[in-house]
Amino acid sequence: MRGVICGLGLWLLAGAALAGDGRLLATGGASSLEGAAGGGITPWAVLTGYGERDQWGASAFATRVETGDYRLDAAGLAVAYDNRIELSYARQRFDLGSLARDLRLPHDSLSQDVLGLKLRLFGDLIYDRLPQVSLGLQHKRQKDFLIPELVGAQRDEDSEAYLAASRLILGGAFGYNLLLNAGLRYSRANELGLLGFGGDRRDSRSWLGEGSVAVLLDSHWAVGMEYRQKPDNLSFAGESDWQDLFIGYFPSKRLSVVLAYARLGEIATLDNQDGVYLSIQGSF
Amino acid sequence: MRRASLCLLLLLLTACTHLPGREARLYDELGGEAGITRIVEGMLLNIAGDPRIVGHFRDAHIERLRAKLIEQFCVVADGPCTYTGDSMPEAHRHLHLTPADFNALVENLQLALDAQAVPVTTQNRLLARLASLRGEIIDR
Repeated sequence: MRGVICGLGLWLLAGAALAGDGRLLATGGASSLEGAAGGGITPWAVLTGYGERDQWGASAFATRVETGDYRLDAAGLAVAYDNRIELSYARQRFDLGSLARDLRLPHDSLSQDVLGLKLRLFGDLIYDRLPQVSLGLQHKRQKDFLIPELVGAQRDEDSEAYLAASRLILGGAFGYNLLLNAGLRYSRANELGLLGFGGDRRDSRSWLGEGSVAVLLDSHWAVGMEYRQKPDNLSFAGESDWQDLFIGYFPSKRLSVVLAYARLGEIATLDNQDGVYLSIQGSF
Repeated sequence: MRRASLCLLLLLLTACTHLPGREARLYDELGGEAGITRIVEGMLLNIAGDPRIVGHFRDAHIERLRAKLIEQFCVVADGPCTYTGDSMPEAHRHLHLTPADFNALVENLQLALDAQAVPVTTQNRLLARLASLRGEIIDR
């Protein structure tokens, strides 16, 4: 894993040095929690950065979600080439906060690594007759498996796939540009994988829907909402679908900031996990 | 949250189905002939300072280009003009313009529209119509 990350880092440097900016502002998206270009909790079909044909794009991000009981930190980087292929890496750290104190858990946080690959299959975000459709693969490795294993998770490492379709409709929302994203994921990751993969209740992968809608108020500001279905594999606690309302600011092709109000439902026995999501991305 | 989602969805659905006939003519929204002239001139000035694509215009006859672009924008915006220039594929033959070149031009146009304080929704109407020409412009 470390070798891959080093390789990705070097590639990022190469990407940054050769980066193109052939795509329009905001069309590289922000960085999702799992590292792929997209919204906050779901990936989009777009590739990170602003590289068009024969150009590189790259990005690095840091995100924090704070619900009061829990805190999730994510950081990572992504590189894309030719507006065709994207490689990404993200490290997530889920701080168990009050749950760890109340239950005297052996760890006070859960971490995982996510390596991602995204391939644009066909279409274009704005111009082609068909929307942009991408296939994504993610390999996740949970790094503190003691607690997940105790609550019924079956494995600490797994791969999952998703298909994402994205379309920007010029003037599609009362004259404002409208961004639509829909995705279908095949996964058995519990709470993104932070609670391991598969469970005592269900150990096979599920088809999970995800999507988002955003309205671009101008070239720099976007507001919208996201929804992500989640599996429910562990019997010790329910796992809720996630949703959020967000506002994204793209002052330039170098920087983006996303602020969101997230409703994460029940996580590891604690219900009503509403919180604030803040993400900052630099792209090259 | 669910109610808000529903409202937004309804809003978007109505947005997608609203009738174009009620909108003002794009030509008028862009400020007529004078407005379109300022927009085209602004765009050409921006291109002149854009190292990404200025090279493609090195051999262009700028005065003719300016006149034909004004005609074309006027026609695209349903204005009272006739386009007398070459067809889009003909005009871009052998230029081998890339998707990135096209987007660079769009950005220079957006800057010109911003400079003329053209409202975002009007900008989007113009861009949507010009976007449909992309296939006749790139990779020629």
